[in-house]
Amino acid sequence: MSTLTTQDTLTPLFEGAPADFSSERALAKESFYTQGLPAVKAEEYKFTQIARKLEKEISDFNPAKPVSITEEMVKTAIFEGFVGYILVLNNGKLEEELSQLPSEVSISALSNQEIGSIAKPSKDAFVALNQASFVEGLAISVPKKTQVEKPILILSFAKASAGQVVQPRIWIEAGDFAEVTFIEKTILLGEDKVFSNQVVEIKGAINSKIHYYRLQNEGDQAIEVSNIETDIQKDSQFTAVTISLSGDMVRNNLNLNLLGSNSEGNMYGLYLLNGKTHVDNHTNVDHTIPHAESNELYKGILADQSRGVFNGKIFVRQDAQKTNAFQQNNNILLSEDAVINTKPQLEIWADDVKCSHGCTTGQLDEEALFYLQARGIDKTQAKGLLLYAFAGEVLEHIEDESFHDYCVSLVQERLGSKF
Amino acid sequence: MLSIKNLHASIEGTPILRGINLEVKAGEVHAIMGPNGSGKSTLASVLAGREEYEVTEGEVTFKGKDLLDLAPEDRAREGVFLAFQYPVEIPGVSSTNFLRTAVNQVREYRGLEALDAVKFLSLMKEKMKLVEIDQKLLSRALNEGFSGGEKKRNEIFQMAMLEPSLSILDETDSGLDIDALRIVSNGVNQLKSADNATIVVTHYQRLLDYIVPDYVHVLYKGRIVKSGTKELALELEEKGYDWIKEEVDSAATV
Ligand SMILES: Nc1ncnc2c1ncn2[C@@H]1O[C@H](COP(=O)(O)OP(=O)(O)OP(=O)(O)O)[C@@H](O)[C@H]1O
Ligand SMILES: [Mg+2]
Repeated sequence: MSTLTTQDTLTPLFEGAPADFSSERALAKESFYTQGLPAVKAEEYKFTQIARKLEKEISDFNPAKPVSITEEMVKTAIFEGFVGYILVLNNGKLEEELSQLPSEVSISALSNQEIGSIAKPSKDAFVALNQASFVEGLAISVPKKTQVEKPILILSFAKASAGQVVQPRIWIEAGDFAEVTFIEKTILLGEDKVFSNQVVEIKGAINSKIHYYRLQNEGDQAIEVSNIETDIQKDSQFTAVTISLSGDMVRNNLNLNLLGSNSEGNMYGLYLLNGKTHVDNHTNVDHTIPHAESNELYKGILADQSRGVFNGKIFVRQDAQKTNAFQQNNNILLSEDAVINTKPQLEIWADDVKCSHGCTTGQLDEEALFYLQARGIDKTQAKGLLLYAFAGEVLEHIEDESFHDYCVSLVQERLGSKF
Repeated sequence: MLSIKNLHASIEGTPILRGINLEVKAGEVHAIMGPNGSGKSTLASVLAGREEYEVTEGEVTFKGKDLLDLAPEDRAREGVFLAFQYPVEIPGVSSTNFLRTAVNQVREYRGLEALDAVKFLSLMKEKMKLVEIDQKLLSRALNEGFSGGEKKRNEIFQMAMLEPSLSILDETDSGLDIDALRIVSNGVNQLKSADNATIVVTHYQRLLDYIVPDYVHVLYKGRIVKSGTKELALELEEKGYDWIKEEVDSAATV
């Protein structure tokens, strides 16, 4: 157990929490102290020493207070060509004035009592920490049969001094036949490291269709644990695309529970890492019922001394016959000092299933590189072309055109394939 | 145009080329033949600039420049084109995008203006006719899932697009059916001029019926052990390599 848990260091965080959700908070706090922050040897966090990182980088465990955000800042954060709704979060707190919310969707401060029913505090210490001490949450509810035509861009501004902790907490609910797309982008203000510990719970009802896109490109101030957990029902569809381009240490826990037949869960991720960035994607898909499908593709390009972790769990319960589950993780290492730890974890209890998984780690294909050069293409650009060809496969899963184009341009810029 | 003098090259410490001498002038067609493993593709790769091969001795000048000193891309821009024996499949890179990048980088190096999308497309259409390559192939990722023959045809199409002064065709004929062979050879012949030269590496006389060589060389154990005119190819077709091998090997033991 980390010393952060054994000493009183975290007390300000719990004391700073508001009085609402008192029983949920109390329960979570107890669960947090039972689990403790993951110790050095904790299996689930062994490659990502987040507790140690926090001990080193964060000296003030007070909840970060809202800061001043201007219209100008919001404007700059919106990428070119974006057409849609805007939801501004200020250290986790909704800024209604600066937001442009869809009228057909109910968006308000979190007040419902269902929190913790999807992302259970007992399963992860960071989920417990968030539930025990988040300041203000957000509830988004898309009524049944409502198709939100344009995407909702969640601009999550965060700022902290001497560390401090930002804990966004979001509850998303899509009713029967509802359709909605979210794009989450975090912007870190100020120079200090920020510890962000986010929990997003998503509930998709029958025949709903939810897309949740995320861009993690906050620079090396970001120490982040993100927990997204989704329950989806019969005939529904959930797609997550996570693009990680920078950060100090980032841990993404993405859990998907397929609770109704003919449901489909898709998890795609791309991580382009350089410097000393450390990104860990832990995904978990739980097939609980027959006739559901999950698709997963994570790709990484790691340069310098960066470190990547991919852990993909597929759990197929005994009842979940006729499951289709696919998982793929491919990595390219561009430097000898870059490290990737990749681990598929398949636990299959049903006998009539189609499951496949594969992971590869390699260098850039020298044969292909030579072929392009032999046609007169500059070596750097040839590399860029090949790397983009590798990465682009993930970006294709972003259906919103402007966000797709924005990611493409960020990725191409990074890979030197923009010319 | 191309002058190779006493070229030695090795891979991972194993010598493969052991003293190649070859002069190629503008307007000429040279055929290089020789048994499997004799070093034909190695020679082609060394000329194109593949880094795995280490040149241990000798020199190569191309249009007066030290070819070995140039990066592979600069060799291509100077006008060297290698049609690969085994073209590489590159998923995710569209054929068109790739070619446009290549053509424009080559043009830029040669002091020509970059082609805009419209001009590029019309150039592509023109050259596509030359090798009768299907538009559908080019809308796919580069060589991905192409049949052997389609890949070879695509090599010659790329050659047509890049307008090299020295083309090295490494077994472009293998994998081609009779019709494709005729089409591809026709393409090569149409691209031939007094200003450019071609080196064809092949095992078969049938290609040389179409692309008629001025000189034929036999490569064996990393050396050119025999040179002649097109009649030499006919002789090889008839008699095989054994008599040459014997000649060389017995000379070596003396
Ligand atoms: N990486 C390597 N390590 C060691 N030997 C190699 C390597 N690559 C090629 N060789 C050897 O170099 C020799 C020449 O090969 P090369 O491909 O140039 O022959 P080739 O004349 O083109 O044959 P083919 O007619 O079959 O195409 C062969 O004996 C081959 O095994
Ligand atoms: Mg060969």
